[in-house]
Amino acid sequence: MGRMRNLLIPGVDKTLLVRDAVKTMPDLTRRRFISGGASLGALTLLTGCDVTDSFSAEEMLKQVSKFNDGVQAFMFNPNAMAPTFPESAITKPFPFNAYYDLEDAPTVDGKSWKLEVSGLVENKKSWTLEELYQLPQVKQVTRHICVEGWSAIGSWTGVPLRDFLKLVGADTRAKYVWFQCADKDGYNSPLDMQSALHAQTQMTFKFGDEILPRAYGFPMKIRVPTKLGFKNPKYVISMEVTNDYKGGFWEDQGYNSFSGS
Amino acid sequence: MSALTVSDEQAASTKAKVIQPAWVRALHWTNAFAMVLMIMSGWQIYNASPLFDFRFSSSITLGGWLGGALLWHFAAMWLLMVNGLIYLTVGLATGRFRKKLLPITPEGVISDTKAALTGKLSHADLTKYNQVQKLLYAGVIVVGILIVLSGLAIWKPVQLQYLTALFGGYEAARYVHFFCMAAIVAFIVVHVVLALLVPKSLRAMIIGR
Repeated sequence: MGRMRNLLIPGVDKTLLVRDAVKTMPDLTRRRFISGGASLGALTLLTGCDVTDSFSAEEMLKQVSKFNDGVQAFMFNPNAMAPTFPESAITKPFPFNAYYDLEDAPTVDGKSWKLEVSGLVENKKSWTLEELYQLPQVKQVTRHICVEGWSAIGSWTGVPLRDFLKLVGADTRAKYVWFQCADKDGYNSPLDMQSALHAQTQMTFKFGDEILPRAYGFPMKIRVPTKLGFKNPKYVISMEVTNDYKGGFWEDQGYNSFSGS
Repeated sequence: MSALTVSDEQAASTKAKVIQPAWVRALHWTNAFAMVLMIMSGWQIYNASPLFDFRFSSSITLGGWLGGALLWHFAAMWLLMVNGLIYLTVGLATGRFRKKLLPITPEGVISDTKAALTGKLSHADLTKYNQVQKLLYAGVIVVGILIVLSGLAIWKPVQLQYLTALFGGYEAARYVHFFCMAAIVAFIVVHVVLALLVPKSLRAMIIGR
């Protein structure tokens, strides 16, 4: 990693950097510093930070990730459908995946559960599961792609999110639909409006023609086949239409926020 | 005035001796830097969901965890792609690829491989590549194009689904991407060993002569 460090600040000559740093030191310190072996290594020891995990490298990567959000939003074609597959292609068993074990997955009581709708919508009424089940549903067999790299094909049935957004009078010029979930530690994730309005983006109530099992997000999951898996929240309890970027469980830890596929 | 004359003479003599022009050197080392970042962060990403029964040691990966590695990978990809596009454009436009890398014949490759293995291959003129070099350099350019395309296929299997389909689908594209990496790493090992065995070739890639 020593060599890497030398290369990490493009355009900055480490010898000049050290020379400049030395110039600002009082005479005595300067002499000691030089006799003690002036180097970028010594500098990083002094400041107590390594370039690879320093503020500047991290900040640079964050900026590029934001730039990548923009590039992906630009690349996003609302008319491009995620490829669909025959039922025979469905991965069995479909993997359970979360940042906790299955036994720690939330157990939601479908009878008392209500979907809270808030933000830039005309009708802020909460929806019971029974009411949501009444809405027209469509089925899709698509590939779920995890940020980790693996993928699995599943069958999801539910209400197109754009139909629901229309129904509740959402301001579709808003930037995001922000979902909050019942997972332990609180899971949440923002979905950009153009992806929310994509024809295949779905409020999912069934997996493989059966009521969504607990492992896959009962009572409701948001299926977004144009996004990586972590942008497909499970155990959803509320959605908020908003212009504010409210962050997300994984997004805040560094996963690219758009994460489109 | 005299200083000017001298520098003119120097320039003329330098020009005659240049083995690797400045643009090749600049693009070569930028590519080397970007490749190292891409490979080390790629290994960390691989570790999150290994295709085979092994993981890369964290001492040789970049990013610390999957999220960090993805940030590096999707940042360094711009450097790699922009640098690579400039290289391909200039290489084709100036005719350098044609002049330096062609023709490659099976007979030539076989006889130069034999000569290399018996230590009889001449390195007297570094401006001319032997048949093995031509094959490896042309080959790694093709693999470089393939690794970028398969990477795009994995990154955007919906938006670029025709590209992904060309690789045989998302899962197949992951394997293509991996094997391209393996080929490039193998190339780098051979390339570095040979550059160290013929140090003047390394010097030429640094100072041009």
